[in-house]
Amino acid sequence: MSIFATSSSTRDPATAAPGVSGAPEPEEQTTRTRLVVRRFLRNWQAVFGLCAIVALFALAYLGPLVSPWGYAESDYTAFLQPPSADHWFGTTQIGNDVFAQTMRGLQKSLVIGLLVGVISTGLASVVGAAAGYFGGWTDRILMWFTDLLLVLPAFLIIAILSPSFRGKTWLVFVALLAAFTWMITARIVRGMTLTLKEREFVTAARFMGVPAWRIIARHILPNMASLLIIDATIAVGGAILAETGLSYFGFGVQPPDVSLGTLIASGTDSAITFPWLFLFAAGFLIVAVLSVNLVGDGLRDALDATSGRASKADEDDPAPGPVGVAA
Amino acid sequence: MSLIDPVFDRADSRAGEAVLRVTDLTVSFPSEQGRVQAVRQLSYQVDAGEVLGIVGESGSGKSVSSMAVMGLLPPQAKVSGSVRFRDTELLGKPDSELSRIRGRNVAMIFQDPLSALTPVYTVGDQVSEALLAHGKGRLTKQAAARRAIELLDLVGIPNATSRFKAFPHEFSGGMRQRVVIAMAIANDPDLIIADEPTTALDVTVQAQVLEVLRTAQEVTGAGIVMITHDLGVVAGFADRVMVMYAGRAVETGAVDEIFTRPRMPYTLGLLGSIPRVDATGRQALVPIEGQPPSLAGLAPGCPFAPRCPLVVPVCEEVEPDLEEVRGLVGHRAACHRSEELGDPDPAGVFGVPEPTVRSTAAPRGRRPAVLTVDGLAKRYDIIKGAVLRRRVGSVHAVDGISFEIREGEILGLVGESGCGKTSALLEILSFTTPSRGRVEVLGRNVATLDRTTRKRLRRDVQVVFQDPIASLDPRMPIADILAEPLSTHRVPKEEIRRRVPELLRLVGLRPEHASRYPAEFSGGQRQRIGIARALALEPKLLVLDEPVSALDVSIRAGVINLLDDLRARLGLAYLFVAHDLSVVRHIADRVAVMYLGKIVEVGDVDDVFGAPQHPYTQALLSAIPIPDPVKERARERILLTGDLPSPADPPSGCRFRSRCFRYAALSESERDLCEQQEPPRERHGNSSDGHEAACHYAQVHTVL
Repeated sequence: MSIFATSSSTRDPATAAPGVSGAPEPEEQTTRTRLVVRRFLRNWQAVFGLCAIVALFALAYLGPLVSPWGYAESDYTAFLQPPSADHWFGTTQIGNDVFAQTMRGLQKSLVIGLLVGVISTGLASVVGAAAGYFGGWTDRILMWFTDLLLVLPAFLIIAILSPSFRGKTWLVFVALLAAFTWMITARIVRGMTLTLKEREFVTAARFMGVPAWRIIARHILPNMASLLIIDATIAVGGAILAETGLSYFGFGVQPPDVSLGTLIASGTDSAITFPWLFLFAAGFLIVAVLSVNLVGDGLRDALDATSGRASKADEDDPAPGPVGVAA
Repeated sequence: MSLIDPVFDRADSRAGEAVLRVTDLTVSFPSEQGRVQAVRQLSYQVDAGEVLGIVGESGSGKSVSSMAVMGLLPPQAKVSGSVRFRDTELLGKPDSELSRIRGRNVAMIFQDPLSALTPVYTVGDQVSEALLAHGKGRLTKQAAARRAIELLDLVGIPNATSRFKAFPHEFSGGMRQRVVIAMAIANDPDLIIADEPTTALDVTVQAQVLEVLRTAQEVTGAGIVMITHDLGVVAGFADRVMVMYAGRAVETGAVDEIFTRPRMPYTLGLLGSIPRVDATGRQALVPIEGQPPSLAGLAPGCPFAPRCPLVVPVCEEVEPDLEEVRGLVGHRAACHRSEELGDPDPAGVFGVPEPTVRSTAAPRGRRPAVLTVDGLAKRYDIIKGAVLRRRVGSVHAVDGISFEIREGEILGLVGESGCGKTSALLEILSFTTPSRGRVEVLGRNVATLDRTTRKRLRRDVQVVFQDPIASLDPRMPIADILAEPLSTHRVPKEEIRRRVPELLRLVGLRPEHASRYPAEFSGGQRQRIGIARALALEPKLLVLDEPVSALDVSIRAGVINLLDDLRARLGLAYLFVAHDLSVVRHIADRVAVMYLGKIVEVGDVDDVFGAPQHPYTQALLSAIPIPDPVKERARERILLTGDLPSPADPPSGCRFRSRCFRYAALSESERDLCEQQEPPRERHGNSSDGHEAACHYAQVHTVL
């Protein structure tokens, strides 16, 4: 029985408002996700980037199903042919279909990029949040370890280690790349954890008796979700480029497997004379990384605006507040 | 003083003329929900030498209207209407011309003095800058510096010559606000707009700053527009009052008229909903149902209609104009039924919930103790050095406090910022062995607890925090927030599913809203959710850290009534930490006053408020503004001198002696006692049992 039953009965029943129990009834549920999606869709570059990524994935996985040639098949009747109706992107010196190879390479690069992005962000959030929340020795040890990895030259170490996993699956390569990408985000996560730790809802959870790991997983990390999403997206782009670079020098993906890096490596010498060997792989690489960056930018604008900072040029969208509390 | 007179115009030569005339001011902003009409056809006038108090809650448009007058709104805002400062029309002027008027003829004082002052320049430089910006070759830098020192002296900054070179962060909040006032009056303005200048300050500091504003007004003869939500401040300071609601003025008039005979139900409701520090007896506060309307897409008719007890059909169709009430000169109200508002008793018009009878089973002495604190101290070490860290000193944020809370009792712990009440709270709640002293919760010493017992004990002590926005995780729906304490303590899922709607109903919310997110609720509702979460585990002691200070005035009454009702029904004990003594007077049984980490006075509420013994309590009570203009103007004010001493280096003996007016009136030999011996907390004279004060020369002095 609410005490407000007594107060509303002293007033004219015809005018009895729902009183304090009436939460505002919005016409549509303005959840944060919906707001973010709306803002994202308003940014044409971000939408373009998103469509491009979807198109690339579709092309990379569906393309080989449509193409008559496999990536390792050699067509002995056509060596070094320019693009034609038969071979859409032309052929290499030994008759491999460049389209099939490029698609296969695209698959590999995209998957590696995606995995590295997700794993490195996941690792960064766990390490950063633990360091920030527990403080003391945990913080010192984890941050010392982070700083150590920051100092080590990633490229050299992967290059040195690569002969030892020649012949093993490319997942080892993914693990190594991820191991060298998470450090800076971990520091940022740690900083944000230190701020969030002082927020009253975290104090409330602590005084309720909620164990530390549950507080981190349920309260601290979800409130950093915007940062983590943006970071993961941008890490994907960086990972694709890193993988390409390493594969170019022969340290990443090993033959007979192809990636955009290996394709670019084999096509560099003939870039001017037989451009189709080089241009398609390079072009797809640029499109992939550019689209990922556009999406990352778009996400950052969409997420940041709802967290309160409206940009000056954004006339239409100052930070929305709860319905019922005006400017 | 000789340099001051020629620069400031004679105050009386300009009295009576209209300095500012605002006509039909309309401001709108774009937003996600459409155009927000923040200010709608606002008209008012300020004469020279007069103080106009603009009262309103959040969303009423009071700050926006003043920013529009100064031309400080962002470019997205659409402003129309007329703002005449003396004979010049301000609206539509380019920023360069407005810059010549701003700071010289019209000055503004903002709410937060820390952000109003640039941190990298000295205070003296900033005051000189205010002078030089409009001096235009007339003033040399040295002359400006000299004038700045005079101004700092005028506003009451001690040692102005040496403080001239200090930085803003070296000042306390009250001192910073004085510097801002010095900057505002530097060029002898005709109009000073003060936007909630004392909201961020403690009560005693507020009293000092209001004094400074009065001096500023006398010296410059300017008209002052004082924007605030605190009706007590308005009662003591303003000559005329304008009440704003949903972007327009709903009542204007002389301050005495408005407070004794309000003609608009909103004003009446506001007056009835504020707890008064001089109120005796136990009546429930008169809450105003509902919350202020969203200014995007207002419905036709009076915006107050959904919350008004006197609403009739015409109210929902036609918005009333601000018209003179028949029979009263100069008193205007925007209400269709303003003449019928004969009964000035808010309880009669709005209806007040019956105060739930408190089932006091046994007298205090026989009830079990829920919380016992004995000599609690919390020490923070000051550590210097990065590599070789060493302790160079310590701050005793809490330095030996003792109190006891019995079952079903409310203890109010009051004090200003820096007194250590929040540190005491956190120390008690952490359930760890304190630096010194003993904490017993429900009879168990927290130093002897192991982890499982500690977790189990947490069920019995729960917390409600100050900031309703920050205390709820914005990413969890309400149902999850309420379920969290239950699931942490292994309550089965069906039980949780049953309990969550029950909790929502207990605090006056609708159970259907359980799937919504905190952002979709108003401040008052969020605080109710916080209270519901604290009650989920059926605790015996509820610790509340300033639960209503972040809420709007008209919402506070509802939450305070709720807390009162819950206490009576569930037999809870509260530890109520607050700096707002009016709320404490209303709801608490006993009160303990803290100063610099020590409790200086403790006792039953009526004893301490009615017959305070310690000089700090007396000063505190005299500084609290009462929303009654006649009483407020006739009151004796005890102003404390100086600033709060640094807790790292408190005065020897009695900590309050550096600011104590009683100490200042003592003879040399009597002062020795205060300097050398810390006064013990004890009963004095024939005060009632349980009323103790820590003062060597305690004397009752009624200030309310």
